[in-house]
Amino acid sequence: MARTESQSNDKFAGSWFWRYASPAAFFPLAGKLEKLCWALAAVLAAVGLYIGFFVAPTDAQQGEVYRVIFIHVPAAWMTMVIYMAMAFWAATGLVLGTRLSFMMSHALAPTGAIMAVVALVTGSLWGRPTWGTYWVWDARLTSTLILFFLYMGYMALAASFDDKKKGDRASALIALVGAINVPIIYFSVKWWNTLHQGSSVRPGSSSMAATMLTAMMIMTFAFWFYCVAAALHRLRTDIIERERNAAWLRDTLKAASQ
Amino acid sequence: MIWESWAAFWAMGGRGLFVWGSYGVLAFAVIAELVTLKRARTSALKALHEHHEH
Repeated sequence: MARTESQSNDKFAGSWFWRYASPAAFFPLAGKLEKLCWALAAVLAAVGLYIGFFVAPTDAQQGEVYRVIFIHVPAAWMTMVIYMAMAFWAATGLVLGTRLSFMMSHALAPTGAIMAVVALVTGSLWGRPTWGTYWVWDARLTSTLILFFLYMGYMALAASFDDKKKGDRASALIALVGAINVPIIYFSVKWWNTLHQGSSVRPGSSSMAATMLTAMMIMTFAFWFYCVAAALHRLRTDIIERERNAAWLRDTLKAASQ
Repeated sequence: MIWESWAAFWAMGGRGLFVWGSYGVLAFAVIAELVTLKRARTSALKALHEHHEH
């Protein structure tokens, strides 16, 4: 008898992943997670901006304009991280055939594209007074611009098929092939010695003042939570659209509105 | 406070346009995304309710 008990326990332990892989179980969980992420993003952004503007000192070389770093670097990191997450879910969808994986991938793309725009535009505004130009065809700038086009191509392809399943698969391929661009962006400042400066943050050693680094890292976490919250919101909207006929959705929404 | 005055804060050492321009672009992007998210959710819920009524 003891044996059957342990077997059933094993079964239960293995089932949690599959339980949350179904939209019905995932939908309310994602809703709670989303709220938590919005709150954390807001609090962290307030703390990060306070330290960035009222504690961190003037930079000895660049003066005050360096304060763009508190949003430029987090946006540039997020656009790369989101692309990798998007490629991961695209690969998962292709291998396992799980619809929710493709939906995760779709939910991330617009936020990733927005982060690419923010990184490019803030970089441009920072570059003008610092380098004397808004734009150069530097390796890092160019590869980040390519990443933006990959996001746009991914979204256009996903939306261009009447059959959503075909759109899922075709766009997943772009996501995977384009992933090669992310390590190129990351290592571009080492491989090509062009205009964009090297990393200010390296494991073990940083060339920034402690308070500057603290503000930048707090802002990075704020961006991270913001992106997760936005993606979860988009994902839940997509679930509402795709699960129109499901009884569980009607029950969940009814329970939420009461 | 590390700034001599609020005027010095807004001036950002003469680079105010670039610093506040950057933060303005971010604020615009975030607000645009939030509005889009909200609109998409509203129309999805509307479509769902119409679907359930028929």
